[in-house]
Amino acid sequence: MNAISIKNLTKTYSNGTRALKGVDLQVSAGDFCALLGANGAGKTTIIGILTGLVNKTSGHVEVFGHDIDREHQSAKRVIGVVPQEMNFSIFEKVEDIVVNQAGYFGIDRKTASAEAEKNLRRLRLWDQRQQMAKNLSGGMKRRLMIARALVNKPRLLILDESTAGVDVEIRHSMWEFLGELNSGGTAILLTTHYLEEVERLCRRAAIIKDGLIIANDRVKNLVKMVARETYIVHVDAIRSLEKIRGYHPVMIDENTFEVELSKEERLNEFIAYLSQLGMVVTDFRPKGNRIEKLFLHILNSQTGIGAGL
Amino acid sequence: MTGNGQYIAYATIVRKEVTRVLRIWPQTLFPPVITQTLYFLIFGKFIGSQIRDINGINYMTFIVPGLVMMAVINTSFVNVVSSFFSSKFQRSIEELIVSSTSNEVIIAGYVTGGVVRGIIVGSLVFLVSILFTWPRVQHLAVIFSFVILTAIVFALGGLLNAIFAKKFDDISIFPTFIMTPMIYLGGVFYSIDNLPPFWRMVSKFNPVLYMVNGFRYGFFGFSDVNVFASFMILAVFAVVLTLVNLVLLQRGTGLKT
Repeated sequence: MNAISIKNLTKTYSNGTRALKGVDLQVSAGDFCALLGANGAGKTTIIGILTGLVNKTSGHVEVFGHDIDREHQSAKRVIGVVPQEMNFSIFEKVEDIVVNQAGYFGIDRKTASAEAEKNLRRLRLWDQRQQMAKNLSGGMKRRLMIARALVNKPRLLILDESTAGVDVEIRHSMWEFLGELNSGGTAILLTTHYLEEVERLCRRAAIIKDGLIIANDRVKNLVKMVARETYIVHVDAIRSLEKIRGYHPVMIDENTFEVELSKEERLNEFIAYLSQLGMVVTDFRPKGNRIEKLFLHILNSQTGIGAGL
Repeated sequence: MTGNGQYIAYATIVRKEVTRVLRIWPQTLFPPVITQTLYFLIFGKFIGSQIRDINGINYMTFIVPGLVMMAVINTSFVNVVSSFFSSKFQRSIEELIVSSTSNEVIIAGYVTGGVVRGIIVGSLVFLVSILFTWPRVQHLAVIFSFVILTAIVFALGGLLNAIFAKKFDDISIFPTFIMTPMIYLGGVFYSIDNLPPFWRMVSKFNPVLYMVNGFRYGFFGFSDVNVFASFMILAVFAVVLTLVNLVLLQRGTGLKT
């Protein structure tokens, strides 16, 4: 069964903006899927429609088989959402925010308190439970929204840029937490600008541009589409630079340079060639984010996924 | 969600609303009591002593039901309009929208919050009135019926206002320009029998007149209007406002894009 099944979804806002122009998207139960796109591409509109915050113009949306029009309460019962913007009362206590949310899902107070304690402890907020939300740091507020979203034990968790503005350490602990959740069977739909996050966490990724899904595949397969990759090469000393000019190296310092290799150019051969030139390779690593490269290529492409990636 | 689940959701909204009212009681309970106390002092004690009895009731005693009702009307309206609009403004209303709470329960929860605050303030104003006069009580059931129904109607009105409000100014327009004149011209301080025929007729189009007079009937046993008709008018208002709010919530007016 699909956690999310979206068919020909359109949304035109009252000001005439066509945010979605016929989106088709399926996310399997238990999957971890990223929804990527530039600002204004339609990501938050899709999430808004799934969670009942935005009225769709046309199309068909199901969450675990529940039609969001005819069975909206059943659909909402299995969804937990962590929005992009803070959307809780800053004058409420942390624990009350989580427990009240459980109440809105019809969960009795005793069960809700136990669930809230479990989630607040896991997200390292238990010590702040009696504080007013306004006194929390930005990272704590984000984690509070995750704790709140989990209180009804959702089968589908939707995160809309939930790690934005969070420091590196907390972001990594959130990744670990989300990974555990997904391993436990919770399907996750994630939008993010940190593409490293996608490569690390997600099995699938869909890319949306101007209200249309232009790519939807396993992250592994998408990454394979990147024909060239940049590496950072650290050597004991750069000798015979003119002989590697054909690779268009970019010097970083006296021992380090960047080089872009295509799929056809084997790494071992390149390293062996450097040895022949008398350079001892002391470190060799990909520059970073392959999916970022893919993302930019797809977004810049006028014809969807085309040649030249 | 089951019936029990919806009841839990309802209880959660009510608990949250009542907790808020009690937590900031100097803002929510105290000011209307002070205002009504000043009315008792100025209109009842200082000016009222120079006004003749109305239907055998001295003026101070006569205005007690009207002033209690005035406090109930204002408070129940303001509670819902400010609380619901603040939730919209802070976007915490999304907590409810994304949940499986039904729209009927959202309305019931917020309205109950308004009714509770209205009745607490009304009771406090009534207690203050005892310092000035000893109002007699003739029909307790009528008193409770009218005060609860009136609070429900104005709480629903507050919700309607909050649904349409886009900025804080919008939640003060209706109370200032519509509700306040309706209350002051609704027979709080006078009997419409003392008005010239034209104004007596105009007054009969004012729904507050029926609320105040029905309530006053519970205390003194007389009214300027038919009490049963007053009750029915209030009931119709309650039903119509509930349905309008329900349709608006289902459409997502003012809440969804």
